Amino acid sequence: MKHLLAIKDLDRDGIEAILDRAESFAEVGRRDIKKVPTLRGRTVVSLFYESSTRTSASFELAAKRLSADLISLKAAGSSVDKGESLKDTCATLSAYDPAAIVIRHPYAGAAQLVADWSEAAVVNAGDGKHEHPSQALLDLFTLRRRLDSLEGKRIWIVGDVLHSRVARSNLVAFQAMGAEVTVCGPPALIPRGIEQLGCEVSYSLERLGEADVVYALRLQRERMAESFVPSIREYAARFQIDSRRLGPRQLLMHPGPVNRGVELSGEVIDSPQSLMTEQVASGLVVRMAILYELLAAGPQRPLSAASEPEQSPTPIGQPA
Amino acid sequence: MSEKVVLGHDDLRRTLRRIAHEMAEANPEPERLAIVGIHTRGAVIARRLHALVGELTEAETPIGDLDISFYRDDVGAQSPATQPVVHSSHIDFDLTGRTVVLVDDVLFTGRTVRAAVDALFDYGRPQRVQLAVLCDRGHRELPIRPDYVGKNLPTARGERVNVRLEETDEVDEVTISEPREAEAIL
Repeated sequence: MKHLLAIKDLDRDGIEAILDRAESFAEVGRRDIKKVPTLRGRTVVSLFYESSTRTSASFELAAKRLSADLISLKAAGSSVDKGESLKDTCATLSAYDPAAIVIRHPYAGAAQLVADWSEAAVVNAGDGKHEHPSQALLDLFTLRRRLDSLEGKRIWIVGDVLHSRVARSNLVAFQAMGAEVTVCGPPALIPRGIEQLGCEVSYSLERLGEADVVYALRLQRERMAESFVPSIREYAARFQIDSRRLGPRQLLMHPGPVNRGVELSGEVIDSPQSLMTEQVASGLVVRMAILYELLAAGPQRPLSAASEPEQSPTPIGQPA
Repeated sequence: MSEKVVLGHDDLRRTLRRIAHEMAEANPEPERLAIVGIHTRGAVIARRLHALVGELTEAETPIGDLDISFYRDDVGAQSPATQPVVHSSHIDFDLTGRTVVLVDDVLFTGRTVRAAVDALFDYGRPQRVQLAVLCDRGHRELPIRPDYVGKNLPTARGERVNVRLEETDEVDEVTISEPREAEAIL
């Protein structure tokens, strides 16, 4: 695997390989010295054209924990402010010979473009309303620790599906691991034809009780040029996950940041069913695993199961 | 591909028992000893040595295991022969002030041991680190020397030394096999 642009680039074995790797990075996080020398001398660029807390912080810490050198750029305060195009920024950064570029951009397909322009391994950290594969992987990691397997589990993705790249990546990822997915929200916020991705669609929370996991999405008011919901209050009345609607055995997830009192009520956020802090902790180790798989596991090695390791001149760690 | 057995079932067990005796003899303070095996088969051998040393010294010796994939010196170079299985390290005791015996199945170039020593120091500061290997097959590329050796095996560079253990391979033996054609280029 050269890049991580979309979840569909990975098969189930590829996903499992990254989650297994993340598990061993979780062990690194419990040591006195939480840093390994794996990516010593290699450069990782983190390029964020959209605001981010968790994703940028965890990718940057992941790169540092792997001993990579990190260049961290935000659109605000860089030459992008002065009107530099994405292509020119790429060409500039390529002069530093980065091993990986982690990019978030408001337009779908931006990560693919960077992958075409640059020699580096590209990680899509969110492109418009398209994909956010590292989020999907960290959610799978979080769920795997709680549920062992997603086979046959029912997951409801609730809220602003239309504007959500997390919904698109997670829908594919959950199904790849054997879960049955239902998307739910007001009709204006459910993309037309989404059932072709193999999920069910519901326009009310009536049957929410059948879900094993409730995955709530943020109402993305910044992406709404026009009015998609009559009012926040009405949206909350019909689609907010609160302690009345969330059953005691259901797990609750949310990619963050939360609009408290809109898609989630305050008491469910702080309830023991909420996996939100675990999701943030998973983000770090899963992103370490992603960088490791792209940069250290060998460019020739496909992430599918049938890969036969080749012999390098002096292999180590192998029965000699 | 011809395969020659160099250590059979009984030989292998006798060899481990001797290493355990040497370890007990060289460490008069067994309570300060710790045993750490390198994944995969080093960890298995470490567990056996741990049991044998425990019988001899009647002291509680902590045991751990180490996965060195994050410390390799060939990361990203071509395709490293990464083990398909992902392991985690488990060292849940304090190394500081202890004599740590690193255990591996085969000592070859010394690169694995270099990586393991690096990894070990991220957990603490042992007073002494020793190395125990079941087989030393020569061809060292680093200044590394084992403290306890099961068997010295003169080999050609292209040959393979196969260590099989009951826990992982259902049989206890060490064999040498001819290089496969692809490996003969080495």
